[in-house]
Amino acid sequence: MDKSLYASRRRRNGITMALAYAATGFGLSWLVLILAVLLWEGFSGLSLSVFTEMTPPPGSAGGLLNPIVGSLVMTIIAVLIGTPLGIMAGTYMAEYGRYDKLTTVVRFINDILLSAPSIVVGLFVYEVMVAQMGHFSGWAGAVSLAVIVIPVVVRTTEDMLTLVPDTLREAAASIGLPRSLMIQRVAYRAARAGMITGVLLAVARISGETAPLLFTALNNQFWSLNLNAPVSSLPVVIFQFALSPYRDWQKLAWTGALIITLAVLFLSIVARILTAQRKTS
Amino acid sequence: MQSTGRGSVVDVALQGTGLSTAAQLDRVRVLQRLRLGDVAFRHLTRAAAATVLIILGGIIVSLVWGSLPALRAFGVSFLYEEVWNPVTEKFGAIAPIYGTIVTSLIAMLIAVPVGLFIALFLTELCPMWLRRPIGIAIELLAGIPSIIYGIWGLFVFAPFLQQHVQPFLIAVFGEIPILSTLFAGPPYGIGVFTAGLILAIMVLPFITSISRDVFEAVPPVLKEAAYGLGCTTWEVARYVVLPYTRVGVIGGVMLGLGRALGETMAVTFVIGNAHRISGSLLAPGTTISATIANEFTEAVGDLYTSALIALGLILFVITFIVLAIARLLLLRLNARVGA
Repeated sequence: MDKSLYASRRRRNGITMALAYAATGFGLSWLVLILAVLLWEGFSGLSLSVFTEMTPPPGSAGGLLNPIVGSLVMTIIAVLIGTPLGIMAGTYMAEYGRYDKLTTVVRFINDILLSAPSIVVGLFVYEVMVAQMGHFSGWAGAVSLAVIVIPVVVRTTEDMLTLVPDTLREAAASIGLPRSLMIQRVAYRAARAGMITGVLLAVARISGETAPLLFTALNNQFWSLNLNAPVSSLPVVIFQFALSPYRDWQKLAWTGALIITLAVLFLSIVARILTAQRKTS
Repeated sequence: MQSTGRGSVVDVALQGTGLSTAAQLDRVRVLQRLRLGDVAFRHLTRAAAATVLIILGGIIVSLVWGSLPALRAFGVSFLYEEVWNPVTEKFGAIAPIYGTIVTSLIAMLIAVPVGLFIALFLTELCPMWLRRPIGIAIELLAGIPSIIYGIWGLFVFAPFLQQHVQPFLIAVFGEIPILSTLFAGPPYGIGVFTAGLILAIMVLPFITSISRDVFEAVPPVLKEAAYGLGCTTWEVARYVVLPYTRVGVIGGVMLGLGRALGETMAVTFVIGNAHRISGSLLAPGTTISATIANEFTEAVGDLYTSALIALGLILFVITFIVLAIARLLLLRLNARVGA
């Protein structure tokens, strides 16, 4: 039979399989490269003063205390606003209106919001809050982060509640539990790990978000917990400091980048462990 | 189970109760409170679900409202004028639109083949014990915030490209007609090309993980049949897996494209912010999101702000369409798998 055809097929297979290995190496090498540089640059600037001192003026030493606290506060408020809303919406979609038209539409829109450009969210909150109130504020920053939290939580809550077996619901109904109690006492409990995962993923997502904060929370060089005034945040400070010509500021930007990345990686790993537990149990 | 009629558990329980003793009265009260709670909870969750729609509506209305002054001042010419001059208050969006599309195209040209090959590796070649770690690593790449890519791109990647890659590209393609224009000019380091590369790294995990998921959904019997006929791994991938998963792969690619179009911070760091359309990919440019991120807080005057919001509206419309197509394709896929 045709030997050359056989050889050429084998050759083509060999080439493409080599390409598949190469592509995987290519993809993984970026992760290694980015993390390596980040650890190298970030750790050399990491010291206690980063967590105890304010952002410095150019040319002097300082830390990242005010942006770290600002980020934490806005993240917490965003989660406090976004999580109940997201869980409620997800509950409706999975429990009450699983076969509703509303659910289909909301699911579709939610999936789009999930990957919509975050800078547009910033513009939206600017128009709705900043322009109306006449000044930038921490509240506006927190709300724009909450708008990003909601779709993530809606999605995971719906997915996780849908996975809860109907037999559990039927058992709860058969002993006379009203539907709302059945959801709160039975369905939530069965889906708890997954729902917490969703919240963790949402926190991971917003902890690095910069674009929506640029013109909502703006930035603040000083210590301020007044949410009616501009509030400093880690990503915005990184943005400002990295693009500055000052070596000290660039150094702090790297350190801030390291802190954010470690926080995000930590959250994703915890989320992963939680889902893994659910799968095995 | 999913009936939504009024005959709830509470109603049934209420029917058997005569109103004679105190205990029974108590029981009625408790049941009624439960029923009220039930109704309240139902409406609460329904309202929350509607909030998602309200957010979308709010985004659209506020963007349209905010961009009205600019649209009124420039009309349709806003879409194709190149001039962007805050001093004379003349604004046109074509340079950022061009930058957005070109950077995303570069990203997709690189990320789609690489992502598909990684998915192929993960589903066909990779030993079982390695699949999970590599899959997690690729997903971690997706979790890194975009500002990290930005700072890394600015301080590490761009200088590297400037010193090692771009001079090489200029030298190699300098003699070839069309490519010499695409890769012309001094190696700035930052620019459209660099932004496209960073975007490629960023969307790679999205394309990879969706492709892997749909590749895994191919019924083993199809692949086994092809292998049984003597197909090579590549032939199985090319003629069985890929045709079977086409819809899902395109959905994943569109999802990645939607991300690339709207990505802000990483691009802002490395694109150079020049409001012009340059023939060379190595030249600085700008994208819609980078323009907004850079200029919004410094925009003085209503018309300037409005022009930037109008850019945001254009970006939202483009990404909405792309993401909607992606979701529809993936929905179609799910419907087929479910059937």
